[in-house]
Amino acid sequence: MRLLRRLLPHPILTLLLTLTWVLLTSTWTLNSLVFGFLLGLLIPFLTQPYWPQQMRLKKPLKIIEYILIVLYDIVVANLVVARIVVFKSNAKRQPAWVAVPLDLLTPEAITVLAGTITMTPGTVSADVSAEGHALLVHCLDAPDPGAVRDEIKQRYERRLKEIFE
Amino acid sequence: MIFEYLIAGFLVMAGIFGFVGSFGLIKLNDPMSRLHAPTKATTLGVGGVLLASMLHGVVVEGHLSLHELMITLFLFLTAPVTALFIAKVHIHRHETKESLPKAGEDSIWATHDVAEADPAAEDQQS
Repeated sequence: MRLLRRLLPHPILTLLLTLTWVLLTSTWTLNSLVFGFLLGLLIPFLTQPYWPQQMRLKKPLKIIEYILIVLYDIVVANLVVARIVVFKSNAKRQPAWVAVPLDLLTPEAITVLAGTITMTPGTVSADVSAEGHALLVHCLDAPDPGAVRDEIKQRYERRLKEIFE
Repeated sequence: MIFEYLIAGFLVMAGIFGFVGSFGLIKLNDPMSRLHAPTKATTLGVGGVLLASMLHGVVVEGHLSLHELMITLFLFLTAPVTALFIAKVHIHRHETKESLPKAGEDSIWATHDVAEADPAAEDQQS
């Protein structure tokens, strides 16, 4: 079991890499499946020193719900940002820095949250605090920074906490 | 026929959002706000082109292409990293500990959390 863990430090990553390779080659043959699996074994093994701890998913099925919500938010927020960019004058726009205190503990979950914040238009995650207890977020137009912080915590962080912790 | 209109619609939508993203890069007036524009163009702008491409593959060419999904995945992986790098450069060059909000219980943001430069060491290097 320990040998298996050494050879296969991140089983999910192995699966993901295999799938990615098969999709990249776009040929559903045994050939690409085997080569993809070899890459899936080799890459996690070689990058293990940079990602020593095990990653755990508590509720993997919740990921689907999370992805759908984020995609929906991207579409809605894109329209909002397009309106701000085109119609709102620079003088009226209120850019703001917002500090978001984090309840998430695992680095993987915080990474996903930071990525989500950047991909949803209107907010960009700019920095993390020294010990990883807060995220620094820049808002394109935030008359009420507190509301942005609460929405991030309510909408994304709560769900990520369910998935990862 | 109806699919052709749909494909054209996706392409036009992608074009509009791509244009708004580029326009924002010119119009917005501070570096951090400018950063918002390109991260937006990659989401709906590129997303629209990819949807049109997939639809065209299925309806016109008659085979399902999944490369578009891969492009989406890679974009979603790389765009936040690039944005973070640019934001960090901006914090290094233009923001001080006082100009940013408090970092909660850690009291300092990671970018500012560097050892104070030692003047003696710098003299030796130069």
